[in-house]
Amino acid sequence: MELTIFLFLLGGLFLGWSLGANDAANVFGTAVGTRMVSFKTAAIVCSIFVILGSVISGAGTTETIGKLGAINALPGAFACCVAAGISVYLMTKFGLPVSTTQAIVGSIVGWNLFTGSETNLKVLTTILATWILCPILAGLIAIGIFLVVKNIISNSKIHILRLDAYTRIALLLAGAFGAYSLGANNIANVMGVFVNISPFTDINITSFFVFSSVQQLFLLGGLAIAFGVFTYSKKVMFTVGADLLKLSPLSAFVVVLSHSIVLFLFASQGISSFLNSLNLPSLPLVPVSSSQAIVGGVIGIGLLKGGKEVKWSVAGKISIGWVVLPIITMIIAMLILYLLKYMFNLSVVL
Amino acid sequence: MFSDTKKLEKDIDEFVNILSEVGLAFKSIVKRYLSHSTDENFESLIEKVTEMESRADIITKEIEHALYEETLIPDARSDVLRLLEHLDELIGMYQGNCYHFSIQKPNFPKEFHDDLISLTDTVVDCVEALCLTVRSFFRDTRSVRDNAHKVTYREKESDIKFSSIARRIFNSDLNLDQKMHLRYFVEKIDRICDQAEDIADELIIYSIKRSV
Repeated sequence: MELTIFLFLLGGLFLGWSLGANDAANVFGTAVGTRMVSFKTAAIVCSIFVILGSVISGAGTTETIGKLGAINALPGAFACCVAAGISVYLMTKFGLPVSTTQAIVGSIVGWNLFTGSETNLKVLTTILATWILCPILAGLIAIGIFLVVKNIISNSKIHILRLDAYTRIALLLAGAFGAYSLGANNIANVMGVFVNISPFTDINITSFFVFSSVQQLFLLGGLAIAFGVFTYSKKVMFTVGADLLKLSPLSAFVVVLSHSIVLFLFASQGISSFLNSLNLPSLPLVPVSSSQAIVGGVIGIGLLKGGKEVKWSVAGKISIGWVVLPIITMIIAMLILYLLKYMFNLSVVL
Repeated sequence: MFSDTKKLEKDIDEFVNILSEVGLAFKSIVKRYLSHSTDENFESLIEKVTEMESRADIITKEIEHALYEETLIPDARSDVLRLLEHLDELIGMYQGNCYHFSIQKPNFPKEFHDDLISLTDTVVDCVEALCLTVRSFFRDTRSVRDNAHKVTYREKESDIKFSSIARRIFNSDLNLDQKMHLRYFVEKIDRICDQAEDIADELIIYSIKRSV
């Protein structure tokens, strides 16, 4: 691989690191923050499953990102990733749980505007609609799971210590599922813009199994996410969730599970094909925000408990962040593209 | 993970069993004292209570270490440890009462025997209700309030019995020093109920915190 190609890929890896540091904290943050799962265990499980999710099921949402803007030059892809990474970093500095999904969509639209490429409005509208649908769906699923869990626990009379042990296992399993879903759903944010210009070639491992160039790209992205988990997510994990609503370990499990289900639903080609085969409406395969799913789940549980404990001012601040982030990212992306094109004489579009 | 959990569950159950058994032993001790004063059987019962109290202390320490070392029930750990500490104090109060009978040998005239036995029965019933409340806190938080109500009921009953017996003591022809001495014993027994009620109130709060 040429050095320049690797340098441009660094933009995506930076975004992957950022996703690992911030979004992965959504998956295990409450479990680690409440000390139900140790950071080491969480980081190992999270890394393994995020890589598996990326490589095995990452293709579905990547197709949608590709339709939004077909970035066809490495400097362009680099600019989009760096812009997304910077804006996520800035919003995180302000304590707003934003997502790489919103950032990358903003930067792709920025690329489209800068290069004069057409933005697929249908795809954009679908993505924006899922940003509203995602937290609502997560909230509703969280309410459903919470009621079932509450009913089971109330009737089964499990000892507090045994319940604690079960909750730890449940948090680990939900976290593993969440990490897999995060990888499957969000790898498109990290590596989606590089798919059309992948520097890798397919590797035939056996006559039946081919490790495609896209999967190699996703493996690289998955490793970057895992690196982010190990190097920076600990601090974020200990702060996640505490602002919006204080969660018990069991509520944390419900939130993580609902988040994971939502991310999986928006990433699973299998479920989508199955629903289509039954002529039922299916959810679009779109990279959704894990932060939005978590916030939706937390608010769902908060509302079920009467809504008094939810800090609505924090919820409002988070919502504003969701609107502001794509716009800021779009502007930053256009600025970087301008610099690359006019100061470094790089071609940002073919 | 589950073997540690099972051991801790067993330890907590054993601790509550000790609390209940110390109460029953205390009941026997009072009856024995009133009928035979401080004979050999009486002292062996006191010895039994001391052994049970020591065992409760060991269990408390084991549970404390396990909860912290294994970082178990992080959201309820401090509540559970405080609860065990207060229950241990309750066992200590029983033991203290036993020692006072053994050392001070209060002279309860026959006319007060039935009242004292009745008060002791109520106090032990109160702590039995507390044991049920504690067990429900660990397994079935919905029953905590119902069982705690029984503790409160018994505590009120104990207060009434204490007032009645104290009034009768001070209305009697006994010397003031004996009156004061007997009142001291009756009051100390009644205090066990006060402590039990405080713990039951705490358990209601803990169970609200624990509700899913």
